[in-house]
Amino acid sequence: MRHEVRFSGFGGQGIILSVVVLGRAAALYDGKHAVQTQVYGPEARGGASMGQVIIDDEPILFPEVTDPDIFVIMSQQGFLKYGQDAPPDAVMLIDSGLVHASPGCRCYGIPATEEAKTTLGRDIVANIVMLGALVAVTGLVSREAIEKAVLDSVPKGTEALNVRALKRGFELGEGVI
Amino acid sequence: MSRMEFMQGNTACAEGALAAGCTFFGGYPITPSTEVAEHMALKLPKRGGVFIQMEDEIASIAAAIGASWTGARAMTATSGPGFSLMMENIGYAVMTETPCVIVNIQRGGPSTGQPTRAAQGDMLQCRFGSHGDYGIIAVCPASVQEMFDLTAEAFNLADRYRVPAFVMSDEIVGHMRERVMLADTVETTPRRPLSPGRLPFEPGEDGVPGFPEFGRGHAAHVTGLTHDERGYPDATDHAAHEKLVRRLYQKIESARREIADYEVTNPDAEVVFVTYGPPARTVWQVMHDLSDPAIGHLRLRLVWPFPEFALAAFPDAKVFLMPELNMGQISREVERHVDVPVVSLPKLGGELHTPAELKRALEVHR
Repeated sequence: MRHEVRFSGFGGQGIILSVVVLGRAAALYDGKHAVQTQVYGPEARGGASMGQVIIDDEPILFPEVTDPDIFVIMSQQGFLKYGQDAPPDAVMLIDSGLVHASPGCRCYGIPATEEAKTTLGRDIVANIVMLGALVAVTGLVSREAIEKAVLDSVPKGTEALNVRALKRGFELGEGVI
Repeated sequence: MSRMEFMQGNTACAEGALAAGCTFFGGYPITPSTEVAEHMALKLPKRGGVFIQMEDEIASIAAAIGASWTGARAMTATSGPGFSLMMENIGYAVMTETPCVIVNIQRGGPSTGQPTRAAQGDMLQCRFGSHGDYGIIAVCPASVQEMFDLTAEAFNLADRYRVPAFVMSDEIVGHMRERVMLADTVETTPRRPLSPGRLPFEPGEDGVPGFPEFGRGHAAHVTGLTHDERGYPDATDHAAHEKLVRRLYQKIESARREIADYEVTNPDAEVVFVTYGPPARTVWQVMHDLSDPAIGHLRLRLVWPFPEFALAAFPDAKVFLMPELNMGQISREVERHVDVPVVSLPKLGGELHTPAELKRALEVHR
């Protein structure tokens, strides 16, 4: 089954890293296929950031996202630009402290940035909290795979913090479904 | 030992170069090719190679040409405006029969155009962009794996035929990430050395001279002027010029069956897509969705020298459809080799044709 996942937020939140980690988990650790792409322009620095990844059990022929069915939104501008047209059968996770939205699809609020700041002490891991919540809600990739992919991708010395963030994300995701 | 990675096309291109034994990169950063240079800057010095950021693209290709004459497998990477700047020295590499690999991660042009969006608008420029008559070799990857494989292959072809070889990729394949199998080393065809007693530009039977590396005891004069087999300028004799230019052209064109690299799907088809680079992936999707043996696909992994004989693999073809990310540059090449209609399906702006667009084209043209 082909899933097209779209992450959006603002530059600096690690939006692109999140889709790379998700693609890596699927392609290297879950035996699936993944193609990750991103949209950016010369003017995008500091503005809305968007990354996408296609995950499929079968080889991915057409590599571009045309009908995303899973959305992760981490800024209001990101919602307006990339989330508000989500189709009714889509699933959306929003960072509930940063995004105020009631889209016409299934939507789960995850206080990722708040949790990252207070419980984990570093708001920079908010994207990893979101990734954890996404995996718990959708089962898009296995928890083992996403943990390995996170560990591959984060700077040395931050592994424990990121794994805590991921696991907190699993809990928050379990709490909303 | 090989390893599996989830990697960007541009990075896989650099890895392919390293696996092929590239030891020199001269370049100047430009979107959307910069990651090739970044990865080479990271990796080459640790392997005893040389990475040098030059002052511009004219100098970058010049540095690669110079490095090649020391025996190094040398490359550069660029896009759009940088590729245009390289044109004069590409002719110099052709005239001096200098093997080198030039990567072009194509973006929307003309001029500065769309730095962050894909195009295939330089397909004729890579073939004809420098002045005078000549031949070159150009490969077109459609996946991250092919960025690795075909970059490595480009080094072999450049060395085998003493010619610049182009990796004509684009922003889509350059920037997307996919799973890729990275081989530590790949099969390499070493440059044929100059045989004792032969002149430095004296061709073998295949039209390709042996290579007299600097520092190996050879005395060779290297010039962009029309030259004799010793390498000395002979710029007024019409016969010398004709002999040289015909050979530069023929050594590539006459080897096109040997150089060709393409895939044929459904040879009995009546309507046949011809693609190179990422538009192939839309056609794969369409063929997967429709599963119709009357639809064929000729996918070119290598566009220049153009393998016109591959078109004959579809004897029942009634129409050829050519989705390209340009105004139909290669469709004209197809047109001059077939007797049935060739329909150009141009797309500009940076996105691939969607499967729905190509399905509509099938309905209209079959």
